[in-house]
Amino acid sequence: MKIHEYQAKALLRKFDVATPRGFACFSVDEALEAARKLGGGVWAVKAQIHAGGRGKGGGVKVARSLDEVREKARQILGMQLVTHQTGPGGQKVRRLLVEEGADIRKELYVGMVVDRQTQRVCLMASSEGGMDIEEVAARHPEKIHKVFIDPAAGLAAEPAAEVARRIGVPEAANSQAAALLQALYRCFDQTDASLAEINPLIVSGDGRVVALDAKLNFDDNALYRHPEIVALRDLDEEDPLEIEASRHDLSYISLEGNIGCMVNGAGLAMATMDTIKLFGGEPANFLDVGGGATAEKVTAAFKIMLSNARVKAILVNIFGGIMKCDTIAAGIVAAAREVKLSVPLVVRMKGTNEEIGRKILADSGLPIISAENMGEAGRKAVQAVKAVTSARRAVKRPAPARAKKARAKKAPGKNAAAKSKPRSKAKPKPERKRAKRTSARGAKGKKK
Amino acid sequence: MSILINRSTRVVTQGITGNTGQFHTRASREYADGRKCYVAGVNPKRAGEDFEGLPIFGSVREAKAQTGANVSVVYVPPAGAAGAIWEAVEADLDLVICITEGIPVRDMVAVRDRMKKESRRTLLLGPNCPGVITPGELKIGIMPGHIHREGRVGVVSRSGTLTYEAVAQLTELGIGQSSAVGIGGDPVNGLKHLEVLQLFNDDPGTDAVVMIGEIGGSDEETAAHWAKQNMRKPVVGFIAGVTAPPGKRMGHAGAIISGGKGTAQEKLAVMEACGIRVTRNPAEMGRTLRSVLR
Repeated sequence: MKIHEYQAKALLRKFDVATPRGFACFSVDEALEAARKLGGGVWAVKAQIHAGGRGKGGGVKVARSLDEVREKARQILGMQLVTHQTGPGGQKVRRLLVEEGADIRKELYVGMVVDRQTQRVCLMASSEGGMDIEEVAARHPEKIHKVFIDPAAGLAAEPAAEVARRIGVPEAANSQAAALLQALYRCFDQTDASLAEINPLIVSGDGRVVALDAKLNFDDNALYRHPEIVALRDLDEEDPLEIEASRHDLSYISLEGNIGCMVNGAGLAMATMDTIKLFGGEPANFLDVGGGATAEKVTAAFKIMLSNARVKAILVNIFGGIMKCDTIAAGIVAAAREVKLSVPLVVRMKGTNEEIGRKILADSGLPIISAENMGEAGRKAVQAVKAVTSARRAVKRPAPARAKKARAKKAPGKNAAAKSKPRSKAKPKPERKRAKRTSARGAKGKKK
Repeated sequence: MSILINRSTRVVTQGITGNTGQFHTRASREYADGRKCYVAGVNPKRAGEDFEGLPIFGSVREAKAQTGANVSVVYVPPAGAAGAIWEAVEADLDLVICITEGIPVRDMVAVRDRMKKESRRTLLLGPNCPGVITPGELKIGIMPGHIHREGRVGVVSRSGTLTYEAVAQLTELGIGQSSAVGIGGDPVNGLKHLEVLQLFNDDPGTDAVVMIGEIGGSDEETAAHWAKQNMRKPVVGFIAGVTAPPGKRMGHAGAIISGGKGTAQEKLAVMEACGIRVTRNPAEMGRTLRSVLR
């Protein structure tokens, strides 16, 4: 789970990490009020979205008067901020952080992640603050210093001070910097963080070490023991389809293609996406239905996939295993009927009672295309999309200006949503639904 | 022959009183020699009771003392699963297999650290894994037994259903498996591809290995580099997630491309460079393996 910069800074302050003073603001008036309360003559007005790269995208501005604070806040609030992490559509800015201006003498980098190799938390620090750490890692790996932290002992003062020295913290500020790194680790450890990043960590004009920016991500599996962190979740920052999916205990991720896929198991789901690509198509999503592909779950999955207007075909790939294929087939038929499925559906099922399952699909009267294996399923889904696309061209050609009429005729094999915007590549923005937090998935769903 | 488990293994189920533990213990006992191999269950509050004739003990240590259990399988819910793993390690079992999905990473970091610091000999498989099966002998985990066939090909994978897919392809081609091992989809786990390859390499009952990976981390690369120098048997591979976008967790907690690292392309390239025959088509895993047997 991700949180905003201002929330991360508030958390870090609780652990005695120094940050600039600042206030979160939801309106221009609040921004002005914040600037007045902070006093001084320079303020930073910072867009609060979960994606990185906000500065380059024009989401972070310096204001040197209250008028400028108003002007910058007005510019940034409500803007569609595009960064290298938001995708081309950008993310709407709904919150600001107004902070006291900082006197920057030096910009450094510190971050923490769980290192998979050593199975320890790794402190990474660099003298190259303000840059993408990946870039530094690629160009100047020698400038990244690492400490692997003993989980039982925590980060000791000695190695923390040594790292601070190596990244160029002045000697006078060394013990403060070491304490800050130790505090950062305590915060990481006690909040079950999965990533912590202070970029830049600055040395100020008066020789203090301050977290000028802050990013914290948390381990979803540990949220059950941190209700105070769950309360920081901002659903406006998440894909509404992913939120909806999490309500049904489905694991869903939107992608850019037009073939929706529903699979049981994360690895098989990725492999299915890869198969679609292999045959020249593009997957519209990742969707793992998990252990029990019940009619209710499959219906929810279909609805979520179909609310993506780009979807022109659906591929279902279920490895039955312990689940029986006839049960799965009945679920698919019920779901397809309930959502009045109008895009081609390719189904590949494997496991117990495969033949009975296939017969249920064939006898349903629904236009379901059966496939024997994954390769065939991928190929057939890609073909189905091509057929739909060329059929639409055929319908469109005689009267391109009368698209509305053609739509009303219900061309076969076309999705209602896809028809309304045949060429649109824009991401659909269905109504947001407030969702409860994803329940921690335990061993309970394990009945593949 | 096989790796990790065989018909002389004696198994204790931790979390035997939960639905999942019962469902899969029942299915596992029905498979091959399961009835003989499963000897106990553990639940501190239900000691003295039994599950379908399996005695329930208050601790793993006691179950081991009373029944000679040497391997445990954990179905305990996430909050208590790391503790259950440690209990099995403290009881000095040979192997603990953790099926549970959703264990906090910090808990796994702590338990792995204790295992290493105390130089414990107990091996850990998982968590968040389907388990391990030696076809025709013993199944410990949640995989469907009937798709397997006795034979001489090893399978190792981070995923559940994708492993079943590979196994089913092999079985359809008439190629049996020595053991099929799911190492799990979590970022901090026990046995990795490398260690399982080493076991298969030393197993006289294994002629070749299918190694299945996915995006995230660098375990596949590490295993591939080792295999280039040391593996005496052919290895074929597949990596899931060529189409996965960076920065997104693809279902498994460990399946994430972060900082441009851990992509499927990178893994496939390293594996190929290390002499592993890879396929980019998951429907071809079985046939790819067959091609190296000839």
